[in-house]
Amino acid sequence: MVEEIASTADGNIILNLGPQHPATHGVLHLVITINGETIQKVEPHLGYIHRSIEKMCESLTYRQFIYVTSRMDYLSSHINNHACALCVEKGLQIEIPSRSQVIRVLMDELTRIASHELWWGAMAMDLGAFTPFFHAFREREAINDIMEETCGARLTMNYMVPGGVMQDIHPNFQRRVKEFITLFKSKVSEYNELVTGNIIFQNRMKGVGNLSAADAISFGCTGPTARGSGVSCDIRKLYPYEIYEKLDFEEILESDGDSFARYMVRVREMSQSISIIEQLIDNIPEGDFQAKTKAVLKLPKGEFYQRVETARGDFGVYIVSEGGTTPYRIKYRSPGFSNLSALDHMARGSKLGDLVAMMGTLDLVIPDIDR
Amino acid sequence: MFILKYIKEVYNGLKSLVVGLRRTLYYFSHHKEIITQQYPDNRDTLVFPDRFKGEVVMLHDDNNEHACTGCTACELACPNATIKIITKFDITPEGKKKKAIDKFVYHLELCTMCNLCVVACPTNAIKMAQTFEHSVFNRAELTKVLNKPASKIREGVE
Repeated sequence: MVEEIASTADGNIILNLGPQHPATHGVLHLVITINGETIQKVEPHLGYIHRSIEKMCESLTYRQFIYVTSRMDYLSSHINNHACALCVEKGLQIEIPSRSQVIRVLMDELTRIASHELWWGAMAMDLGAFTPFFHAFREREAINDIMEETCGARLTMNYMVPGGVMQDIHPNFQRRVKEFITLFKSKVSEYNELVTGNIIFQNRMKGVGNLSAADAISFGCTGPTARGSGVSCDIRKLYPYEIYEKLDFEEILESDGDSFARYMVRVREMSQSISIIEQLIDNIPEGDFQAKTKAVLKLPKGEFYQRVETARGDFGVYIVSEGGTTPYRIKYRSPGFSNLSALDHMARGSKLGDLVAMMGTLDLVIPDIDR
Repeated sequence: MFILKYIKEVYNGLKSLVVGLRRTLYYFSHHKEIITQQYPDNRDTLVFPDRFKGEVVMLHDDNNEHACTGCTACELACPNATIKIITKFDITPEGKKKKAIDKFVYHLELCTMCNLCVVACPTNAIKMAQTFEHSVFNRAELTKVLNKPASKIREGVE
């Protein structure tokens, strides 16, 4: 909790939030300078969960390094794995079968819903509402069950491999997903009843944590954080990968730039992901689920970059290859790091009590920031 | 005007309270909607999907025979050095030397259940089991030898 309180010469108080604090959603350490109740400065201290994943990946082969990325942004682990698999495929210059493309997109969108569900529950809990957390986990559980059946795990699936997906979808997959769509549609009105329409929630969110479009761009914010400020940055739309360009969906933008706008982007994205799944679930093409690849993958000498849209924003994988079986250097561009950098700008001048609400709308996953 | 605004705010606040509580009362009176499972009590009826990744096991048939040739494909595929295969040389009836596994050592404490070893195995000798309660008091118990004592390779598996 609050560990130490020290006051500076000009009457400001320095307050430590974290690293072990439930509202920081992980081991994030914030050093807050406050004057009375007004925030002067927020300084995030990182590195508490640094595992040197980028260095680790240099000693793993192109098949092996993918599983580690599930441990970065563990809430959108499928999408991280997807980015790595796409980057390796780009280097190998192989076309993957259309069946595996559709399966990948379906899994991505299910992961996005699951991630936003958890965020929604945690967001409400940050503001003191405890029940929505259980409501969110009820629907998330349905997605986890689907994942468990097809991929064999609930959180760190390691389902995407270079060339396609590891196993074919389970025979029950389509039925289970359709059941989930029906369930989600019947429950989504509850979300709006309980949280979105709640007057206390709206008062705490509207006009708090303003981030203008220009600031969002200059801080490098991506994903729902930037889209809440009206910045068009959806990689699925701007640099389409897999079959996203053939799908019918709109980029969700809100123009207000406050916490409530970011909240609405995510809530609307859940319904949008449902509509993407609906377009695909009955149209999974027949064929192989994996392209034929060599037993030992070797990328040609060169540099490869692939970006995808995770639930938090633009995730990039940069591989430098010397022609061997392991990458020479790997760099991940994680969305959480850039989004966190905007926190100081957003929080300055606002009250201490609103800081947690702002942090909640950034949707931080600390292992993704530290890696 | 201020009074009107104030009354409106109070009305809206009460309204959203009632809307929220209506949902709470609905679940209070609809027990069929509860999906919680009482985990340690329902252990006997707990069913896991076939693909659930709990731990790596080696498949043995009734004659205590397995399909592992000791090719170390799984050992090479593993990202964490979870698997260590110790091989020996058997003497076949014809008097030839034949490579076979002595011990298939599996470090459960290092395993991340990524399924890469199972995919890599050319003879389908290993698979993922659905067990998940892996807690033990002594860490050494997590290092397992997967091939059963006195087991040997099945005829015809190369």
